[in-house]
Amino acid sequence: MRSPLLWPLLALAGLLLYNLLVTPAFFALRVQDGHLFGSVVDVLRNGAPTALIALAMTLVIATRGIDLSVGASVAISGAVACTWIAGSPDPTSPGTAVVAVLLAVGLCLVLGTFNGFLVAGLGIQPIIATLVLMTAGRGLAQLITDGQIVTVSNPFFSGIGGGFLLGLPIPVLVTAAAFAVVALVTRRTALGLLVESVGVNPTASRLAGIRARGIVWSVYVLAAVCAGVAGLMISSTVNAADANNAGLWIELDAILAVVIGGTLLTGGRYSITGTLVGALVLQTLTTTVYTTGIRPEVTLVFKALVIIAVCLLQSPKLRGSSTRRRRGSPPPAAPPTPLVTEPTPASAR
Amino acid sequence: MTATTTAPAPGTTRRRRPGMPSGQTLPVLVTFVLFVALFTVGSLRYDSFFSAQVLLNLFVDNAFLVVLAVGMTFVILTGGIDLSVGAVVALSGVLAARLLAAGWAPVPVMLTVLLVGLALGTAMGAVIQHLEVQPFVVTLAGMFLARGMCFVISVESIPIRDPLFTAIAQSAITLPGDTFVSPSALLAVAVVAVAAYVLHSTRFGRSVYAVGGNEHSAMLMGLPVARTKVAVYAISGTCSALAGLLFGFYSLSGYSLAAVGTELDAIAAVVIGGTLLSGGVGLVVGSLLGVLVLGIIQTFISFEGTLSSWWTRIVIGVLLLVFVVLQRLLVRTPSGAP
Repeated sequence: MRSPLLWPLLALAGLLLYNLLVTPAFFALRVQDGHLFGSVVDVLRNGAPTALIALAMTLVIATRGIDLSVGASVAISGAVACTWIAGSPDPTSPGTAVVAVLLAVGLCLVLGTFNGFLVAGLGIQPIIATLVLMTAGRGLAQLITDGQIVTVSNPFFSGIGGGFLLGLPIPVLVTAAAFAVVALVTRRTALGLLVESVGVNPTASRLAGIRARGIVWSVYVLAAVCAGVAGLMISSTVNAADANNAGLWIELDAILAVVIGGTLLTGGRYSITGTLVGALVLQTLTTTVYTTGIRPEVTLVFKALVIIAVCLLQSPKLRGSSTRRRRGSPPPAAPPTPLVTEPTPASAR
Repeated sequence: MTATTTAPAPGTTRRRRPGMPSGQTLPVLVTFVLFVALFTVGSLRYDSFFSAQVLLNLFVDNAFLVVLAVGMTFVILTGGIDLSVGAVVALSGVLAARLLAAGWAPVPVMLTVLLVGLALGTAMGAVIQHLEVQPFVVTLAGMFLARGMCFVISVESIPIRDPLFTAIAQSAITLPGDTFVSPSALLAVAVVAVAAYVLHSTRFGRSVYAVGGNEHSAMLMGLPVARTKVAVYAISGTCSALAGLLFGFYSLSGYSLAAVGTELDAIAAVVIGGTLLSGGVGLVVGSLLGVLVLGIIQTFISFEGTLSSWWTRIVIGVLLLVFVVLQRLLVRTPSGAP
């Protein structure tokens, strides 16, 4: 059996090959002050927040959920951190930055707990449960920043998004570490299997003794925390919190990365490596569009075409093995069966 | 969706007395009751809230959203989702404005717009069904494509000055009691009525519910699953284009950034109206009520009048939360939380 990663990887390779032919400078790497620079590094650094969110989204989707509120969490996290730093008596000290980071991540922990409560505690459909925070979240972020764009100049805080460690950008290292930890924890223990079983059938897995509720709850907390860290990266890169635009539509990009990576939105099966590849494909695509100088208005059309191409290539692989359905016309229509007049009542689910 | 959808064991079926609402109508009833409650609270809290015109304005202001929600109901009933509707609304508006500016007659413009919506919906449905790509991805790509096409057509807002369009936009139909509605509102109600008829009294409607209930069983029963699934996206695409025209009447302009995020409003309306995102359960009347609930929340905000823009968002979020939680507590399905 071919790997489901084949097509996403080929898409990535194709994009890179295109860059190699059209803009050879894409691959130029240079070391300046012991730090690595270049388009490839930019792809990794700019893609880090989306990849981090996509990582958590993979687990959320694996439990048959979805989290629309991550973009709002990104905005709130940046708003809290920047407002705290700007309002503190010593806005340049490392201590202030540490408190700001802890506050932001702590608040996101609360937001994730809230989402988890709605989904796992009350049993509200995930898309609606997280829509609540998606709607209210940006308003909250604006309330925190008082409707302004809060700018800060704290060297330690800037380091989160713009700093380097061992020559590599810190966001890349943070995201890589998160991927490594999540991959280890879910794939080297039974946790990943439990997450998948909850996605396949929450009721059955609960009856089988799996604490389905706790697992669902914790993936939403993880999603919000990852979004919070991503929000810190985004706001510290520009040294400002923009409640309206920070992380706008990042949830769609994250979901797209997950899906390109071969995870089914119906839950029950996921690939963390696939998500990583998916996030790289998206970011490479975005950077390629910018470096090639395609008219900005056409960018969305271009993005749509590439996405559909990747998914089309992937599709037979995606579902061919799981369902053996007959393509084309179904058998000649039987006389209308009275059996189907009554749709499945809610009580049957 | 395999083991869970087998016939319920005798113990788990709720005994239903005659006249008791079924699992499908109960959420709609609850939505209705909560809507009445919201209206009552508004009437007690604000002067002049309690009037037929406030109620009718919900239809006038949200006519396009009602039409979107109807299309979305078809899609969600089959267990799919359509994220492209907001972008198609914008595309329809921009396309109509552009064609009118180019000197086309209004009727061919409307037909062209509807055909574009139908074609886009059918194309997405065909990709979803025959190439087996997930609806979320296909319609997300459709959303990018439609938004991108808007920008290709025009980045600026194009005003609509066509006499027929302005006539429709400005005409009001007087109802007894010194109230009025717009033609768009009547059209939206007509769309709901047609959709309700199609879903509950035609063979196609049965197929929609059957596909959403269990696609595999529907296929084994010999229902035209493929045709049904493509058709619901075609319906949603056409509804989006029609909604785009209604939005054009409402705003008398075509703008590329119009209706951003409306797809989520439409999905929220459908779900608030008691339709399950997993498919197979729901009523189109519920979606209408869902839109009215979203509309009355907006009315609350405008009657309050003093809220700054961010408080508006927070209040909408909180009211949505209260509503969703209340509905959840009132409608308890046996399967319970995951």
